[in-house]
Amino acid sequence: MASKPRVKLPKSASAGEVITVKTLISHEMESGQRKDKNGEVIPRQIINKFTVTFNEKPVFEADIEPAISSNPYFEFSVKVPESGTFHFKWEDDDGSVYETEEAIEVA
Amino acid sequence: MVKEVHPMEMNRRSVLGIVGAATTVAAIGLPVGIANATPEDAMAKVREFAGGKEPQTGGKLTLNTPEIAENGNSVPVGVSVDSAMEGDDMVEEIMILADGNPNPDVVTFKFTELSGEAVAETRMRLAKTQDVVAVAKMANGDVHMAKAPVKVTIGGCGG
Repeated sequence: MASKPRVKLPKSASAGEVITVKTLISHEMESGQRKDKNGEVIPRQIINKFTVTFNEKPVFEADIEPAISSNPYFEFSVKVPESGTFHFKWEDDDGSVYETEEAIEVA
Repeated sequence: MVKEVHPMEMNRRSVLGIVGAATTVAAIGLPVGIANATPEDAMAKVREFAGGKEPQTGGKLTLNTPEIAENGNSVPVGVSVDSAMEGDDMVEEIMILADGNPNPDVVTFKFTELSGEAVAETRMRLAKTQDVVAVAKMANGDVHMAKAPVKVTIGGCGG
């Protein structure tokens, strides 16, 4: 189970500025490679996709494999053209979707 | 007077050492019966990703990893490509592979013109000491590759 995702980015930027966005979500990222104490394989359950849009236009995407550490962390750049809203989406193997939004002011 | 070390004592110690090491490996819980990937498996993935193009290793793609990772459960990895991020000089995707993990796939980043710069960073699991490979695909079809060895002290065996 994942908990509330965290996103860090500046509140404002100048038009065309390249900003850094940092994101983290709490998640076990069970790889499907581990066994429990009875020797049974613990089924895989990971966040398999992370998608970022800005004013509904695609910005950044990650296709994630079990080799990504628990509490997956991503850092990437965005060239901000105008004021608007970032939408962040994490997709779980079990079908759950975790989402959050963050606004930025462009002067 | 210097105490002489009996050969039998030496022997017992080395035996204990070996037993100790074996126990440590068992305690970490390496997945038994799951074979790790090989560098050849990783290169097959690179060829598939490159779609017939020969990957260039001229340094356009930078792969940042620590030389030594104390904890294989969380190893920082960063990639960046020196690119204008528009027109032909645009990075579409960067794939990261770990050629000694049970499965060489780690992550694939997809960039857009809104990315501004082709940079990304994450944290990955490494089961043992191995090479990390990054491959970037450009809008004009060019493929760039970088490789870095990472020495892992405690393996992140899928956990």
